[in-house]
Amino acid sequence: MVITGTSKGIGRHLAESYAGEGYLVEGCSRRKADFQLPGYTHHELDVANERQVKAMISNVSRRHGRIDVLINNAAVASMNHVLLTPADASNRMLEVNVTGTMMFCRDAAKVMIRRRYGRIVNFTTIVAPIALAGEAVYAASKAAVVTFTRILAHEVGQWGITCNSFGATPIMTDMIRSVPQDKIDAVVKGLAIKRLGSLADCKNVCDFFINPKSDNITGQVVYLGGIT
Amino acid sequence: MQKEVALDVVLSCLRNAMEQFGNGQEGAVGTDTVIVGQSAVLDSIGLVSLIVDIEQRLEADHGIAVTLASEKAMSQRSSPFRTCGVLAEHVCSIIAEEQTA
Repeated sequence: MVITGTSKGIGRHLAESYAGEGYLVEGCSRRKADFQLPGYTHHELDVANERQVKAMISNVSRRHGRIDVLINNAAVASMNHVLLTPADASNRMLEVNVTGTMMFCRDAAKVMIRRRYGRIVNFTTIVAPIALAGEAVYAASKAAVVTFTRILAHEVGQWGITCNSFGATPIMTDMIRSVPQDKIDAVVKGLAIKRLGSLADCKNVCDFFINPKSDNITGQVVYLGGIT
Repeated sequence: MQKEVALDVVLSCLRNAMEQFGNGQEGAVGTDTVIVGQSAVLDSIGLVSLIVDIEQRLEADHGIAVTLASEKAMSQRSSPFRTCGVLAEHVCSIIAEEQTA
């Protein structure tokens, strides 16, 4: 199993949980992991760097001969009004969130094809469907991930690979710690289930998508909290 | 990599792809077998499968990781995938470029 963005937050929780369940988890982030686990291997890389992504997938493929699951969790966000958003920040979000996701899907799917089996889960966000002010570029990049995933599902479905998207409600990770509390409260108020998301919520959806029985579940997006 | 070795890989992978995605044409495959364009033996999905299979075979059997559908390859006026012989030359060329990079 390959999970991106495992140094902290949701990615780390998934890496720890799945390694604990016996999966061989290959994680990555731009910095070293400050944890070690049986069954977990960490790779230091930038998910937007094509050469580094290829090298990691090649390394995983050589050592294990297969990739059954890919969870694209790595992302960057820059919460800012559009009128105050530098192009560099916008480009970086698109590189990491869209191109990084695409490259991991591309290279992992090439390995999955060998065994005619694969499960891909790409992380999106509820801020796209709720059109949250202050997150225009981040939301746009994650909306792109949903569309990309839907089309990818059609392109690789014939090889037994499913591709789905998952959008969490706000979860107290580093990514949203700088968001004003009143803004988070307003988002939660608009949900059908009026609470923050949890790491367990994320794993629950991933469990469903990566289950071998979910072989007819593809091209879908699941949002937490009643967002559609 | 020698062109003969690359051609063997291409032909072996092409036979696999034709079993799954061929257009029903039968007969032996060889250097001049057309892969892209009119009278091609594969449809577009078959071509994707062939390219991925060649990349995976090169890595698994020869320890060589390459990307055959590079931006440069895709922008050439004359497709490097048009026949088995041309594709074998492309494979050799890409490997040589990777090794000198």
